[in-house]
Amino acid sequence: MPFVRNVPFFSIMLCMVCGISSAMLPGKIARRLTVMLSLAVAVMNAFLLAHLVSAGESYHYLMGHFEAPWGNELRAGPLEALLAVMMSVVLLLSALGGMRKMGEQVDGKKQNIVCTMLDLMLAATLSMLYTNDLFTGYVFIEIMTLGSCALIMSRQNGRTMVSAMRYMIMSLLGSGMVLIAIMLTYTLTGHLLMENIREAITALYASGQYRTPLTVTIGLFFVGLGIKSALFPFHTWLADAYGYSTPSASAVLSSIVSKAYILLLLKIFVRMVGMDVVRGLHLNDLLFGFGVIAMVMGSLSAMHSHDLRRMVAYSSVAQIGYLFAGMGLGIDAGLVAALYHLMVHSAAKSSLFISSSALADASQGSKRFSDLRGAGKRNPVAGVCFSISAMSLVGIPVLGGFVSKLYFSEAAFAYGGVHMWVLLLALVISTLLNVLYFMKTVITLYRVPQEGRLYEPANHGATATVAMCGFVALNLLMGILAQPIVTILRDGLGLFV
Amino acid sequence: MRELLSSHLEEVVAVLLFGVGFTTLLLNRNLIKKIIGLNIMDTAIYLMFTSVGYVTGRTAPISQGGVDVMQTYINPVPSGLVLTGIVVSVSVTALMLSLTIRLYRRYHTLDIDRITLLMKGEDE
Repeated sequence: MPFVRNVPFFSIMLCMVCGISSAMLPGKIARRLTVMLSLAVAVMNAFLLAHLVSAGESYHYLMGHFEAPWGNELRAGPLEALLAVMMSVVLLLSALGGMRKMGEQVDGKKQNIVCTMLDLMLAATLSMLYTNDLFTGYVFIEIMTLGSCALIMSRQNGRTMVSAMRYMIMSLLGSGMVLIAIMLTYTLTGHLLMENIREAITALYASGQYRTPLTVTIGLFFVGLGIKSALFPFHTWLADAYGYSTPSASAVLSSIVSKAYILLLLKIFVRMVGMDVVRGLHLNDLLFGFGVIAMVMGSLSAMHSHDLRRMVAYSSVAQIGYLFAGMGLGIDAGLVAALYHLMVHSAAKSSLFISSSALADASQGSKRFSDLRGAGKRNPVAGVCFSISAMSLVGIPVLGGFVSKLYFSEAAFAYGGVHMWVLLLALVISTLLNVLYFMKTVITLYRVPQEGRLYEPANHGATATVAMCGFVALNLLMGILAQPIVTILRDGLGLFV
Repeated sequence: MRELLSSHLEEVVAVLLFGVGFTTLLLNRNLIKKIIGLNIMDTAIYLMFTSVGYVTGRTAPISQGGVDVMQTYINPVPSGLVLTGIVVSVSVTALMLSLTIRLYRRYHTLDIDRITLLMKGEDE
């Protein structure tokens, strides 16, 4: 076995070790450790990606010496490696960009704990990406929940504490459902490794027995993970949690945490159950319906908010709707569109959160639109960063959002029928609303400030500048490199099954 | 009905407990009661899980007196998963309780709706 194939296990362990030791280190060193760690993980996984793309295959990695069906396994392919690189780069940039703010907003003695949480969340994300065992997935879901709750309340005010509580309650309802679903899966199939479950489920489905329990099980997986990833009717905790915690926390929560749950759901649907069974039970229509409603409702809520960060937060709800709608088509084209959009949205949303906090700082800390006039001129780097990412989400050509919307429409045409019209209509409405609220904001950023207002020059620090330049580059790259990325995603999805 | 109760007593009890826990966690306004609901819900799942792995008349899979025939033992996997699940639910409960203490110190109430109202009042 080539040495590079140890990367999944090694990077998860490294994250855990760094996370635990950060709890004992001084804040400053812990912060540097987090940055170094995410950089190292990104580089290692990039090597793995190069290896797997050139080999064109995926492999299983035994944890311990027990063969399937008894042991615990990791599984890595080009798809997982690419997403791991993406998630660690986003974490790196989010941590860098929010580092100075974290120093101001978090109690000095607790900064290392925030770093512990960030490290553990990277570990949880990687584990959810690479695991081949259903129960390991559950354990890391819970680690993720605990870590994100701690991140939300790292900045202590009433809003964050209440939203952390709401987040926990919703999240735990979701975990409860996932746990029941795992139990039912084990009862139905007698396995915990994904391939074995798949064999059993395929046989069960073909025999026509236990149709109802099977439907309920898959439905519970969807509802449980949907709640946790802030799908539309379950998103009530989101605006306060994203809007009032530290910029790093908001960036990580929106671009990594919710995405990891969606990736796990995708893994369960594609690898464990099989998309043909999901389609046969008509559960993909459920995903599609929820997704389409979220696309429209999320954008409407974003339009009605008067606060920059809350607007960005609500736009996440709409974008998560895109992902579910794409997955709900249940065909490969839809899955590729959803996966690509997931990457585009990770890059764009984290940079929106980081830059909006810098813009608010340049406007005496206010996040109201009336005070933000001219903020793009007072802080040019943040202005450019915000505009580029907003344009990417709106779908201006060359940038990633345009490409993903193109793939979504292609997938809709490939599917045909009522779904095509519904998805196209939702895309049009959501894009129009996106244009309305994002472009309005971008224009506001470059308008002449209200008369008689003096702004103190705000300095966001060199690390934040580096991070924001990184974000701009990442968003541009997502668009320019769309073709190779989609090729890897498509091949990876082929190996995924 | 009686037949169901006698053959699937654990499952029936587990479903009832889950319902009680789930609705308490979702609908009760008192934070402490919500946490109790969470624990009832988790316990229900563990009860169901252990009953899945239990085979009547067999013992725990610990080798005793040189007997290692598979038919002597119950299925150990669900028990192992339940143990992991218990650890998870203990840590979640601890975090929820500490969050509740924080909220109580700040707002002097355990009612989540009142806390939300007070929080909104704080902003203005």
